[in-house]
Amino acid sequence: MSIRARFDIAYPGFTFAANLDLPGRGVTALFGHSGSGKTTCLRAIAGLERAPGGYLEVNGEVWQDDANDIFLPTHKRPLGYVFQEANLFAHLTVRDNLDYGRKRVAAAKHRITPKHMIELLGIAPLLDRLPERLSGGERQRVAIARALLTSPSLLLMDEPLAALDMKRKAEILPYLERLHDELDVPVLYVSHTPDEVARLADHLVLLEDGKVIASGATSELMTRLDMPLAHGDSAEALIPATVIRQDINDLLTFVAFHGGELTLPFQEVQIGQHVRIRIQARDVSLTLTRQQDTSILNILSATVTDICNDNPGQVLVALDVGGTRMLARITHKSSEALELKAGSKVYAQIKGVAILK
Amino acid sequence: MLAAADLAAIWLTLKLATLTTVLLLLIGTPIAWWLARTRSAWKGAVIAVVALPIVLPPTVIGFYLLVAMGPNGPIGQLTQSLGLGVLPFTFAGLVVASVFYSMPFVVQPILNAFEAIGEGPLEAAATLRASPLDAFFTVAVPLARPGFITASILGFAHTVGEFGVVLMIGGNIPDQTRVVSVQIYDHVEALEYAQAHWLSAGLVVFSFVVLLALYGLNPNRRR
Repeated sequence: MSIRARFDIAYPGFTFAANLDLPGRGVTALFGHSGSGKTTCLRAIAGLERAPGGYLEVNGEVWQDDANDIFLPTHKRPLGYVFQEANLFAHLTVRDNLDYGRKRVAAAKHRITPKHMIELLGIAPLLDRLPERLSGGERQRVAIARALLTSPSLLLMDEPLAALDMKRKAEILPYLERLHDELDVPVLYVSHTPDEVARLADHLVLLEDGKVIASGATSELMTRLDMPLAHGDSAEALIPATVIRQDINDLLTFVAFHGGELTLPFQEVQIGQHVRIRIQARDVSLTLTRQQDTSILNILSATVTDICNDNPGQVLVALDVGGTRMLARITHKSSEALELKAGSKVYAQIKGVAILK
Repeated sequence: MLAAADLAAIWLTLKLATLTTVLLLLIGTPIAWWLARTRSAWKGAVIAVVALPIVLPPTVIGFYLLVAMGPNGPIGQLTQSLGLGVLPFTFAGLVVASVFYSMPFVVQPILNAFEAIGEGPLEAAATLRASPLDAFFTVAVPLARPGFITASILGFAHTVGEFGVVLMIGGNIPDQTRVVSVQIYDHVEALEYAQAHWLSAGLVVFSFVVLLALYGLNPNRRR
């Protein structure tokens, strides 16, 4: 199960050259600034953009191999595409929009049912409306359902939230997370928003000026100090974890991750549930000895792996906690006072932990 | 009131305009689609040729069509070899001429409507497994509906209002080529002003109603 792509597209003033080998499952985010080639890459995979001399193979099926004169036109590729603008058909009701792709796919290939999609994306009340009577967020939900109802073997999403305001974004993100958990469709997700990537992506491809600068697990790339994502105010670590205990007297939730345990304020989660934990670099402080009389519950033993300068007067410290990577942002002065360097043994005091899902 | 000859002229006019409009929708739609989608260097030239009848005097169009459809012209040679004879001074000839004459009034609105759709819905259709032809009929045509309505109304009305081309190519043969506009000309020549009034006023009302329908009721303008 994998997606292998090799594209070279030359535009006046911009060249896009990518050689990708992506996992054929879970959510892979193509992340970069506007103009980095994310959308071009997605359109080339869909066949909407012709990349001469390109090669594309999705889960063993060759979609494009110009060396052997193979190029499947878009409508013959078993994919779903969610555009930035929903692109619903204005002359059809929501119900007919949903049916449009589904009825063009052989019934034997239907894996995803309308009932499931309508329920999952909460669009039952909208079915008889025309697209012009929908809000931006509703439109995008219908577009996602419409694409998925073709039971695609790959779902491409081109910044599906970009045209929405913060409130609508917050409204859709939980639906996207449910898709990720409930459906076994690999997703390529284009975004320039670190927060979306953090919440949705398992795998990350960083693009810059039409080139791939890194590709790897989200939790790793977000904490690597040589990567742009580890900088800026939102520097954070994302850690897969499992809920192990709920304490309803003290209203606490306990989770285990590879390398330790964390205590959180009480969350509405099930014991055994897999969750993604977010620890922001600015919420982590470091000590050389374990503090005894402190209000902080989460204190983990860690090893410093890397240090680099960050905002003026601050440094970013990469930590290894029993095999899991985390970041701490501390002042330059503290770093010197503690004589931190790669290999130093420290205790990470974590002030804030959030469950993303 | 209206004499039998006037009614025959009205009937002939409606028949000509209807047939011309239907033919133009069939011919004009693929032309408009090609123009809307092509990146060919010929696009401008084709648009200009289609638009020529807007600026040329009808006599010029009529003259060249007469030559082309005559026994020695290319269209005349073709129709003769097909055993159809020559077209000038026949109803068929009038239909061919009207198709050329009214072409821009049908192609332009459809072209505008196709261009207004943009790439988005068609790309969406392709990702939903619709072949280009499928997407054309199930997405482009329905979305361009206001353009088709405008095109039909304008094509029909413009053919009804044609005079110069008819005179050049069709002459004045009852039940064959004598349409309302020519009949009015005949009445005036014969100083039959009363009959001329009936037909002329009829055309004025007809034209007003058509334009009212176009500008007042067209869903295009409702938003």
